[in-house]
Amino acid sequence: MNIFKKLAVTTAIAVTLAASPSLATERIALVVKSLGNGFFDAAAKGAEKAAAELGDVEVIYTGPTAATAEGQIEIVNSLIAQNVDAIAISSNDPDALVPALKKAMDRGIKVISWDSGVAQDGRMVHLNPSDTGLIGETIIKLAADYLPEGGDVAILSASSTATNQNAWIDAAKEILPTKFPNINLVSVVYGDDDSVKSTNEAKGLIANHPDLKAIIAPTTVGVVAAAQVVTDMDLIGKVNVTGLALPSEFKKFIDNGSSQAVALWNPIDLGYSAVQISHQLIKGAKAEAGATFSLGSVGEITLDDAGSAAMAAPFQFDASNIEEFSKIY
Amino acid sequence: MSDLKPQTRHIADRLESPLKLAVFSWPSLLLVVAIALFILNSFMSPYFLSAWSLSDATFNFTEKAIIAFAMALLIISGEIDLSVAAIIALSSTIMGLCLQLGFGTSELVFVGLFVGVLCGAFNGTLVVGLGLPSIVVTIGTMSFFRGISFIILGDQAFNGYPAEFAFFGQGYVWWVISFEFVLFLFVALVYFVLLHKTNFGRQIFVIGNNATAAQFSGVRVKRIKFILFCLVGLMSGIAAILLTSRLGSTRPSIAQGWELEVITMVVLGGISILGGSGTIQGVFIAAFIMGLISFGLGLLNVPGIVMSIFIGALLIIVIALPIIAGKIKSRLKA
Repeated sequence: MNIFKKLAVTTAIAVTLAASPSLATERIALVVKSLGNGFFDAAAKGAEKAAAELGDVEVIYTGPTAATAEGQIEIVNSLIAQNVDAIAISSNDPDALVPALKKAMDRGIKVISWDSGVAQDGRMVHLNPSDTGLIGETIIKLAADYLPEGGDVAILSASSTATNQNAWIDAAKEILPTKFPNINLVSVVYGDDDSVKSTNEAKGLIANHPDLKAIIAPTTVGVVAAAQVVTDMDLIGKVNVTGLALPSEFKKFIDNGSSQAVALWNPIDLGYSAVQISHQLIKGAKAEAGATFSLGSVGEITLDDAGSAAMAAPFQFDASNIEEFSKIY
Repeated sequence: MSDLKPQTRHIADRLESPLKLAVFSWPSLLLVVAIALFILNSFMSPYFLSAWSLSDATFNFTEKAIIAFAMALLIISGEIDLSVAAIIALSSTIMGLCLQLGFGTSELVFVGLFVGVLCGAFNGTLVVGLGLPSIVVTIGTMSFFRGISFIILGDQAFNGYPAEFAFFGQGYVWWVISFEFVLFLFVALVYFVLLHKTNFGRQIFVIGNNATAAQFSGVRVKRIKFILFCLVGLMSGIAAILLTSRLGSTRPSIAQGWELEVITMVVLGGISILGGSGTIQGVFIAAFIMGLISFGLGLLNVPGIVMSIFIGALLIIVIALPIIAGKIKSRLKA
């Protein structure tokens, strides 16, 4: 009898111990720069989608009211107190968040950054929305897709000192002769992300290059200015405007035909991928150079030496999907 | 004839007994609110009652509270300083600049304090020396100080502060008791003594109630106001050291929007925004209340915007409550 009792108790304990980990829900916090931003609300939708696919994952979508590092630190502290399993953050400051996130990692929480990164010692993985090469290729492809016979194109950039813009343009120039031999890049001008200056520069491009077939503006300010110029000068159908654009700002130009297609990172996929990576880290995946993570339906990434990886080429918006995405961001 | 015999009449020192005053005072009301919040928080979240959680939570308010004590004195004297957050930014930026020049930890601390006092003295000179309204001056210097930070840093950041420097914002004195928290308690004590136990403190109240009368009574109004601006600057310098150390880096957007949180803390603490009255105890408890609200709601993952609605509502309720109570009381008497 006594032995049976002991056996029963031991079994009960063993069952409880074995059962409890599977009962526990994984809690992954998606911390964004600020709430009330359509881009991040869309990322949260993607995160929920990943959670639903994985099952047994709870997404905590949170962020400060104003986009400050201090506000995010308060949130990270409260997430540490709640002992969440992972924190996936789009940070307001690559350096200031490091001490708080280090503390989180010391207490066993998996930390990744996505979209806007954190310095390497403050996170395990960083997920870039895209990478330089992919963006450079995409912006040319956006123009080339609608120019079967080739032709002259020009780039309207932000400022001449913007590191990311210059890197994209260099990547585009590099890929031109091999992949797009009949596309002729005639000029690169700088609108400084200022509407008025961008408008003037776009007008200048059209005046100086009568055969211009497309203006590529890899900046959300420049692309709107260029499309407005094309609309105002009645050049719809003659000059195609493309580049990186926010669907909500740009919808009217897709609608009126001044642009065939534009691209930008897809926030839904970003949130989705962030949760996928966090989940694998919780399950014991190691974040080291060369490690591979599955992004579910989005694809797969391999970490580089800095523990970061790029998700995918920018997501393309055209007449078929601009309506849907313009409501999101 | 015996009717004319002089009668002795007892005149009380105080209208109410000290005990009754203490029980129905503002700090007591705040204390009740704070305790209620603490109990509510422990019921709302299973994660609240943990030594480390509570210790982490103190970082949400200690830096702001350290400025709030000095700000309380300034507001009691009838002035205000809206540039405190900008002083933090400038002070932190100059520390970062000196770091690049190879300064060590102790020199950085000195630089942080010095820049703070200098900014405070600048505000004080404009207000006292030129007789400009402090709200206008400090709205100006708010942009001015932060503007300098932006010019120096642009979209860059200073980092690489020495390891010893991290102690101020990340270090622990004993177990979960952080250096920041100990400093907060110490500063509270210093300001309590300064405001409530010294002639200097009495003079601040007199100035706040009637600066002209104070002037004619021999109180050096201008000098005291100038000192108060410098004190607020000094405290902002201290907060800059703590925050910079906690973040381990400096950006020109550091401490953005803190001036309003500091002033909210002061007003919630029962300091009359018109000057002339208030206590340090009130501000002390108000600091805890703000910390409890933001941490408690944070644990429930309540979005920040809802949090600011809570703080706003609490501010209005706590300020309106005694006024409403007073009106009811006077109506009952009438």
